[in-house]
Order: sequence, then C-alpha cells, then structure tokens
Amino acid sequence: MLMPFSIVSGIGLAILAPWLLRLFKQRGGLVMAVLVAGGLALFAMQIPAIADGSVVRVGFPWIPSLNLAFSFHLDGLSLLFCLLIIGIGSLVLLYGGSYLQGHPALTRFFSITLLFMSAMAGLVLSGNALLLFLFWEMTSITSFLLIGFEHKTPAARAAAWQALLVTGAGGLAMLAGFVLLFEISGSFEIQEWIQSAGQIQQHPLAPAAFVLILLGAMSKSAQFPFHFWLPNAMQAPTPVSAYLHSATMVKAGVYLLARLFPVFSGLELWGPTVSLVGLVTLLAGSLLALGQSDLKRLLAYTTVAALGSMVMLLGLGTPLAVKTGLAFLFAHALYKGALFLVAGGVDHAVHSRDVRELGGLGRAMPWTALAAALAGLSMAGLPPFFGFITKELVYETLLQTSRLPGLLTGAVLISFVAWVAVSGWVGLTPFWGRPGREFHAHKEPVSLWLPPLILASLGLAAGLFPQAFADGLLKSATEALLLSPQKIKLSLWHGLTPMLGLSLLTVALGLGLFAARRWILAGGERFWQAVAAVGPANLYQKGLKGILSFAAWLTRVLQSGYLRVYILFIVLFTILLTFFSVWSLLEEIPLPRVDAPRFYDVILVAIIIIAAIQVTRTRSRLATIAMLGSIGYSIAILFLLYSGPDLAMVQFAMETLTVILFVLIIYRLPKFARLSGKLPRVVDGLVALAGGALMTVLMLLVSNHPSNSNLANYYANASLSQANGRNIVNVILVDFRGLDTLGEIAVLSIAAIGVFALLSLNNNKPGQRPKETAKLQRSILLGFSARYMVPLMVIFSFFLLIRGHNQIGGGFVGGLVAASALMLYAIATSPAELRKLLPVEPRSLVGSGLLVALFSGLISLLAGQPFMTGLWLKKAVLVIGKVGTPVLFDVGVYLVVVGIVLWILLTFSEETP
Amino acid sequence: MTILLAVAAGVLFAAGIYMILRRSLVKILIGLLLLSYAVNLLLFNSASLVPGRPPIIPAGQDLPPIGHADPVPQALILTAIVISFGVTAFAIVLIRKAYQVTGTDDLNEMRCTDLPCETTEVMDEFAESGERMK
Repeated sequence: MLMPFSIVSGIGLAILAPWLLRLFKQRGGLVMAVLVAGGLALFAMQIPAIADGSVVRVGFPWIPSLNLAFSFHLDGLSLLFCLLIIGIGSLVLLYGGSYLQGHPALTRFFSITLLFMSAMAGLVLSGNALLLFLFWEMTSITSFLLIGFEHKTPAARAAAWQALLVTGAGGLAMLAGFVLLFEISGSFEIQEWIQSAGQIQQHPLAPAAFVLILLGAMSKSAQFPFHFWLPNAMQAPTPVSAYLHSATMVKAGVYLLARLFPVFSGLELWGPTVSLVGLVTLLAGSLLALGQSDLKRLLAYTTVAALGSMVMLLGLGTPLAVKTGLAFLFAHALYKGALFLVAGGVDHAVHSRDVRELGGLGRAMPWTALAAALAGLSMAGLPPFFGFITKELVYETLLQTSRLPGLLTGAVLISFVAWVAVSGWVGLTPFWGRPGREFHAHKEPVSLWLPPLILASLGLAAGLFPQAFADGLLKSATEALLLSPQKIKLSLWHGLTPMLGLSLLTVALGLGLFAARRWILAGGERFWQAVAAVGPANLYQKGLKGILSFAAWLTRVLQSGYLRVYILFIVLFTILLTFFSVWSLLEEIPLPRVDAPRFYDVILVAIIIIAAIQVTRTRSRLATIAMLGSIGYSIAILFLLYSGPDLAMVQFAMETLTVILFVLIIYRLPKFARLSGKLPRVVDGLVALAGGALMTVLMLLVSNHPSNSNLANYYANASLSQANGRNIVNVILVDFRGLDTLGEIAVLSIAAIGVFALLSLNNNKPGQRPKETAKLQRSILLGFSARYMVPLMVIFSFFLLIRGHNQIGGGFVGGLVAASALMLYAIATSPAELRKLLPVEPRSLVGSGLLVALFSGLISLLAGQPFMTGLWLKKAVLVIGKVGTPVLFDVGVYLVVVGIVLWILLTFSEETP
Repeated sequence: MTILLAVAAGVLFAAGIYMILRRSLVKILIGLLLLSYAVNLLLFNSASLVPGRPPIIPAGQDLPPIGHADPVPQALILTAIVISFGVTAFAIVLIRKAYQVTGTDDLNEMRCTDLPCETTEVMDEFAESGERMK
C-alpha cells in the first residue's frame, strides 16, 4: 500500500502546505522537505527487494466501465524514477523555501510543487495506462502553473501557455495511442500489453499506436521539433526549472518510452525513428546551447540535448544501450539539477545570470562554488565522477552499434564537446576570474548551497562506487525493460580502450571551446538569431496565430448577429439534408388516391392560401389581424368537417381570444416597416417557397405511407372499458396522457407569469392598476347583449366541462369559452368592471387550478396506485354522471385555462402605454 | 382533399418562413403564428382525413364507429393550440419590451446580443441603470 499512500499523502501535504507554512514560518520549507524525505526513506527501503527482482503490484477498481483502475506497479524502473522524484523534490522544497523567501505567493509554490511531485510519482507508479494519462496531464497542468508562477509578467504567461499547449497536444496524441492499444489488446493494463507484446506487434494498427505515443513522449521530453517550449519554460523560478524542467518532468517522455520498450521495441519502426529523433535533438540542443549567454538557458538547451541522447539510446535498443540510457538518466538528474540550483544561487546572490559578465564569486559563496565545480566536472565527463562512467558507456554503445557507428559517434562527439564547454561556463566562470562588472554578493544561506552540494556529491559518490548503484537500482531497472536477468558491471577504469581515447579527445576539444567562449557566444547568438525565422518555435507562433484568426473569421461568418441569416442557414440545410434523404422516395410519390374535393373544401383552402399570401404583403396591422383570423377560422371549420369537433371548438375560441389579444396590443407595437431591400426579399421568398414545397412533398409522402400504429386502436378500445369515457380525445388528455397535460398547464402558467412579470417591469409600481380614466364611448349593442350573453356563456362552459368526458367538450374548451365570455364583459364595460365581478384574482385561479389537477393525481397514491391512476366512484352522481379523478383533473385544467387567459388579457389591457 | 390540405399547409409554411426572415420583430411574430397554423395542419393531415366520424363512442355502444378519425393527432393539436396562445402572448410582450428598451424593432440594429459592440444605446442604458443602482 506504499504507492497509493505516498501519492495520497503527497496531495494531502500539498493541501496542508499553507497551514504548515503559517505554523513554521521560515522553517516551513525545511519541515516539508523532512516530511518528504521520510517518504524517500520508505521507497529506499524497497531497494533490496526490488533489486532481487520482485515486483510490487496493488490495484483496486475506480471506474470499471471505462477500464480505469487504480493499479500501481513498482519495479526497478519505477523505483529509480521515484527515488529521483522524491529525493530531488525534498531538496527543492528546502531550497525553494529560502530562494523565494518573502515572496507573496510562497504557499502557492509549495502547494503546486508538492502536487506536481505526487502526480509525477503517480505517473511512474501507474500500472493502468489511463491512470498514467491522468497523472501525465496533472504534471502538465502543475508545470503550467509553475512556469506562470510570476503570472504578472506577460513573458511568463506566454511561456506557460506554450508549454501547456505543446505538452497537452502531445498528451492527447498519447491518449489516442493508448486507445488504439486498447483496441488491439482489450486492456489498459500496461503489464498486459507487455505480456501480449508479440500479438500487438503483429497487429496492423500497432505502428499507428506507436507513432501517436512517440509524439506524446516527444512533446513531453522536449524532442526536436517540439523542443522550443523547454528553454522558454525557464521563466519559472529556478527551483522549479531544476526540478520539473530538468530532473523529473521532462524525463516523463523517456520514462514512457522505457516503460513501453518491451511492447514496441520489436517493431521495425522503433529503431530508426526513435534513435533519429534522439540524435537530431541531441545535436540541435547542444549546438543551440552554444549561442546562449544566460545560465539557465544554457542549462535548458543542454537538457534538451541530454534528453535527446537518452531517447537515442532507447532507440538503439541493445541491452548495453538500455543500460547506458538509464545510467545516463540518473547521472544527468544529479548534475543538471545541481547546476540549476547553483544558477539559482548565483541569481539570488547577484541578480544576474549572464555568463559574459559573471565572475569571481567563489570567494563570496565558496560552498556554491564547490557544488558547481563537482557538478560541472560530472557534466563534462571527467573522472572520478559518474558522468565520466556514463560518457564512456555512451561511446562504447555507439562503437558497437550495427548501423553507422562512425556517424553516430561523430555526432555525439560534437555534442559532448559542446557540453564540456557549457559545463565550464556554468560551473566555473561565475566563480573564478575577473567579473565583467562589480558585484555585491548577498550572503549564501545554507539552504541554497546544501541541496546542490548534496546532488553533486551523489554524482561523485556514484562515480566512486558505481557497482553499488548498478546492483541496487540499475540492474532491476534494466531488467524491467529487457525482461530478462542482466549482469551489470560498472567501473571507472576500463584500461586503455578506444572509449578512453574519445573521452580525452572530447575534453581537449571542449577545453578549447571553453577558452574561446567570447567568440563562440557572440557568433552562436548571431547565427541562431539568423536561423530563428525558420525554426519550429516560429512555426508554432505562426500556427497559433493562424488558428486564432481562423476562429475569429469562422465566428464572424457563422455568428453574424443577423437572425435572418441564422434562420436562412437552418432552413436551407434542412431542405438540403431532407432532400438527400427522401431523394429515393420521390419516384414513388404517386399522388394519393384522389377523391373529388367537395365544394366547401376548395373554398376553405382557397381562403387559407389567399390570406397567407396577403399577410406577407400587407402593411396594415388591422388587415393582418383580419387575415390571421380568417386563416384560423377556416382551419377550425376544416377540423369540424373532418371529424375533429373538439379541435374545432378550441380553435374557434382560441382564434377569438388571439384576435382580442392583438386588438389590445397591436397599436402599441411598432408599425410594419418594410426594412429589407428588394434583393433580400426575393432571396427570402425563394427560400420560403422551397421550404413550403418541401413540407408539401413530405406531407404527401407521409399520407402515402399510412402509419399502422396500434396506438389509435388501443385508445379506442380502452377508452370506455378502462377510463370510463366516450370522448377519446378528452380521455387521452385527462387520463392516458394526463401527466403530459399536467406539464402543459404548468408551462402555460409559467408563460403567463412571464407575461405578467415583463409587463409589470414596465410600470414603476408593479401591481398598481391604472385608475379609470375618461369614460369611453362604448357600444350600446355590445353592452346590452353582453348582459345576457355572458351568464349564459359561463353556464354553457360549465356544461361543456361536465360533459366533456363523454361528448364534445372538456376542460380546455370550457375554460376558453368561459374566458371569452368574461373578456366580452370586459370589452363591453371595462377591465376594472370585470375585476369587480370576479370573486378571485385570475392568478389565484391559475394556482388553484394547478393544485386541483395535482391533487387529483395524488389521490391515487392514497389508494396505493401509481400517480395519476384514474379512480372512479361506483355510483353515478346526479347531472354530472360518473365521477372520478380524471374529471377532477379536467376541472383543474378548466380553472387554469380560465385563469391564464384572463390574467394575460387583463394584464395587457391594463398596461399603461 | 389530402393534396389540397398539403398544399395549404405548404403555403402556410412558406409564408411563415418568409415572415420570420424579415427584419421587423412584429413580422417575425406573425411568422410564428403562421408556422403554428401550418404545423397544426401537418399534424391533422398525418392521419387519414375522415369526414363525419369523430372519435367519440356513441351512447349505448362500447366502441367508436368503424373508420373513425385517429384521436392521437387530435389530442396533440388540441394541446398545441392552447400552448401557442401562451407562446404568442409571451412573444408579444417580449417584442414590446425590446421595442421599449431599444427604441427599434429592426433586428439589424440588435446585433449586439451576438457580437461584441463597442458602444450602443442599449449598453449605455444598462450602464446608466447600473450607476443609478449605486
């Protein structure tokens, strides 16, 4: 349980960091470093067991449906990485506490760094590829936050974005590769991939998966051409650069390639691709470093080069190459981490990182100088440091390769010569010789020199006792890649070998380059500036700009802000898509069997067509209302003629009310202006005609394919026997689909509330009704007839409601008739008179209607039946007939409809213009 | 008759589409009304048209007359008619409100809802009302 425990406690520590810092003040960094060092000890205790070849695995499910599991796997490779991550992490926490002392965002540094450490440890311990991906992204995000630590500087923000975009895009490619591997193998467990490596390599999709995962590794480990984000990431505080962008996170790509080495190294593609990527990166990073004068950028470019050499070694894939790659990774983490921390110490002391002016600091900061010297000598590859051993191993590997040993060795020689020079510039020049200007060095605190000194001394120790490292860590790590027992001998002295000769040559040439630093730095800078225009960084910038301007263009085109353009697109695409899908059906569109239309059918249809055309042409508002009314009434008559008496009644009542609605408000609406020019009108007309024609064709097609739904038959059969109703339409509304109707009346109530709210917003004092102003001339005829008509109509509406379940009528129709009657009264007298007449507010009617409807549904719950089950009294009640909960529901509908219509219309008529 | 009704609905659709393509807000409202008529006709026409046989079970019988009209589209249309009243009322109020606040019913002058506009009367008014609240 060590692995999940360490990750969870790391995250917990990240959360607790602010309190720890408040509690221990300046010693907060030390406390956290000690706690983390405790974790290091726990992992170090695993060394003997792992070195014996055992493997620790734990796992428990997380989201099984996604094949995502918390599965962890500790072997030699994971352990090597874990020790580096936690060990260097502890030192960086100690260092960062004083490096950033007094910084307002110090807690943020600790929290995010601890979070990163947990994520990075999780990454190398994950046994499940999806879990690995999650931790991978978590490291990208924490890296983003740490590069942008000084988020008020634009450069830091830009660098943070660049790193996030490049590594994030690579991460997505990697995820796609994982998914392909899942498709091939049916699992996301890395160990299962390794076990079925043979089958995976046979699969035609395997090269695609490999390339995608390689892209992820390349972006994370800053391989050419994605290397440019790493030097820019030097915007981060130096401890972050040392930790994330040199010692650990950037090695995640190398880790991924090493982890999947058993899966992919059998592919023919593996060797050439991976070693070429590594070689190009190695050369590019080394040569680019020669143009830098900033300490951190020098180190950054050589880090790129070092990562390239690790990738190249994995690409070569021989047992010796794998062993060398892992040994080199360890050596690099030690010396490069130390040199970064040294650079930070120098920067902290004199606020300069320019190698051209630095010098003579050795007296003021002797311990830092010592650490710099030790680390620099290891980087330069001098004995007795571990760097020397790994460099010899690299030469040995290259000389033994089967393909192009001469070329490879030559290229690597050039790079190593550059490294010797860089290690001199970073490790020696700041501390010796004469400075370019006068410096006043701050005091060097212990916490700034101890961490780099520890790292550098470890490099020395590993060089002096290489076999201890080989037996403890390197052997089991190599076996994790090669899957077979390995014998590993490491020693400083191999005798007089070609490798020793190459080493001597490297150092000699490097010293020459070191001495010529003034010319090299200036010349290199000029050269690389000239080349920058075609560099990948520039391409990245251009690409980013291109994407942004494309997005802006697309937004301008699609989101034009003109409603009619949106509608035009919707209609045109609907026509287009529908046309394609019904294309084949068009041939069989025989006109449906034609009954000779009846005389009055033709008249009604003609009225509809003429009125519809006229509506589009007229500019008179009154004419528009009249046309709409005639369309509505014609449709109502059609309903009546073709067996929809309920529909006809509702349509008649509704049409009347809509006309009243328009009459009330139309003269407060803007006039009908002709705003569009002639061309848009023609275009719109053509589109509209096409849309209408499409609908006609569709309707004909539908009527040609009569639906054989059993629904109508079911309702017809069950209406009387199960629901005690003879009017099937009404029974559907209040019983079979009662829940829909409940929803509908609720929506209507919300619409009425919306109308009321919007109109009350207008009046400064909502709810206050206008006083009766001057008496208007009222129609005597209307007033007289209203006196007799209104009571009759209201009584009639009750009648419609009661009989609705069995004959034409129902709650909707009844409610509309009652509302029409009451509005007639309001028009004949005044809205205020109607208010006086009504016993309750219209909105109370709406509310009580909703409650009645809801209550009628709840009754069945008391009887132990589901919500809205119809329950009926055995005996028929006088006048009303059979009584049951659906009838009560219909009463609720009636009340809601009356209430809504009156509420809306009264609000309209009382609105002060 | 099915053909005639299909043509009538097609004309209503065409008129409705034409009207919602206008720039005047009120015309868009008219377009919505026309479209709801058209949709009701479409629903009605989707079942076969039967004259004179409503889906009602006559007294003394257990089943509706043979060849009765399909009750399902009728139930759909009935609710649609009532709903469209609510929609119409709400749309009218919305239009009226937009007209009051912006002083125009030309949609071309209301593009700021979709596009970032630098200064517009609407924005100024909002800013003013915000200051007034202070």
